[in-house]
Amino acid sequence: MALYSDKVMDHFRNPRNVGIIENADGVGEVGNAKCGDIMKMYLKIEDDIVKDVKFETFGCGSAIASSSMATELIKGQPVSEVKNLTNKAVAEALDGLPDYKMHCSVLAEEAIQAALEDYQERIRKGK
Amino acid sequence: MIYADNAATTKMSESAVNTMVSVANMSWGNPSSLYAYGQKAKEILERAREDISRIVGAEPDEIIFTSGGSEADNQAIRSAAEIGLKKGKMHIISSVFEHHAVLHTLEALKKDGFEITLLEVYENGIIITEEVEAAIKENTCLVSIMYANNEIGTIQPIREIGEICRKKKVLFHVDAVQAVGHIPVNVVEDNIDMLSASAHKFHGPKGVGFVYARKGISLSRLIEGGAQERGKRAGTENVPGIAAMAEALKESYEKMEDNASHLTKMRDRLIKGIGEIPHSVLNGDAYKRLPGNVNYCFEGIEGEALLLLLDDRGICASSGSACTSGSLDPSHVLLAIGRIHDVAHGSVRFSLGEDIEESDVDAIIQSVKEVVDYLRSFSPVWRDLISGKKQFIL
Repeated sequence: MALYSDKVMDHFRNPRNVGIIENADGVGEVGNAKCGDIMKMYLKIEDDIVKDVKFETFGCGSAIASSSMATELIKGQPVSEVKNLTNKAVAEALDGLPDYKMHCSVLAEEAIQAALEDYQERIRKGK
Repeated sequence: MIYADNAATTKMSESAVNTMVSVANMSWGNPSSLYAYGQKAKEILERAREDISRIVGAEPDEIIFTSGGSEADNQAIRSAAEIGLKKGKMHIISSVFEHHAVLHTLEALKKDGFEITLLEVYENGIIITEEVEAAIKENTCLVSIMYANNEIGTIQPIREIGEICRKKKVLFHVDAVQAVGHIPVNVVEDNIDMLSASAHKFHGPKGVGFVYARKGISLSRLIEGGAQERGKRAGTENVPGIAAMAEALKESYEKMEDNASHLTKMRDRLIKGIGEIPHSVLNGDAYKRLPGNVNYCFEGIEGEALLLLLDDRGICASSGSACTSGSLDPSHVLLAIGRIHDVAHGSVRFSLGEDIEESDVDAIIQSVKEVVDYLRSFSPVWRDLISGKKQFIL
């Protein structure tokens, strides 16, 4: 039995939406190197729709796969929907994660929420 | 497949497999039975004991067979503690980077009222003999130090520490699981009172090991039952496994010099090749280490991701990252030699086997370079480092 599902391995081996967005509308970074996981999400938002999303991750296989899957789930989605993204949705889309790796999906959720908060903060401040 | 995780386990040698199968097929009697067929198994058992004791410099009746290294560590340490307790000596000295079979046994003894001193190690991963001496007190009953570290392969000054313990009349236990079969280990020359070893680390089967206790040191039973192993370890002996362990050990000793010289060459080639990766560091002393052990940390990446991508390229290795240990903390060994968490997560250990070739080593070097580069390419930590936002540690 493999450690991870085929979906996790696919997203780990071929992560989608890797990289950064210059002049992103919202950036969120969560985790810390001490714990061994850091995720950074970049959002490009137009007309309240996530037009583009990119990520950078320092972490294990499931952290990279969770970031990748989370970006796929939110790309093209309205901000109101993205706000409701849960770690459970990320883990389920990956056909599950081992129990002790669930925190990777939590980090993915938190990174996206942090990026959204940054986006809304910038709007409040008038960019 | 390039198997470079021999510190985790080794492939059984052909002759060890043959021995195991032939004993299981032809001599499956119970060595405690008095009829001839049982006594045939007993003979095989005692021949294995003789072979093993001769190789490590012991007498046959100083060897007790166990289920492996962990049981041997548990039994040796608990026995020494019991001996100490009878004399009112309840202080034990060990080190912070021992195997968990030792550390967790000591933790259990601490709950029973023993005082435990764990010596620190320095960046080279080698215990300082004088610090052992300085830590010994009137009530010290045991010093337990590993022969070679299982993660970073560093070889400890066992003979010198043993000499101190003899002088101070303190029992000396050595967890030699990583050393036996790979470097010369001799309980007499090395001043060792108790020693633990495990067959599957030297091409023997899993689930078999032994504990050596010098004559006069009374071992306590961990497992109650019949009178096997002179009453020190109940349960019908694993005769096929024990015979195969003896065979594997004999073979390892016959080939030790050649193997060690080949492995040292391969190790040093690997150390040099991986060392070309910027912002990396070799863990543990470059020379006083097991012939096949290479352990590196890379800044800006995490070890499990590295292992999975190496696995995709057919390379088996291991890591001290938290993600591979199932806990939140990275390897206690890497932390002990002063690697901070951020860096310790990005570690990889290669423990080479005797059949490794130069082309395999070069393939490992090439793969590690590519995978580290790739993982760094989308690591936010690496971005912060190269942009100057954070300071490089390595």
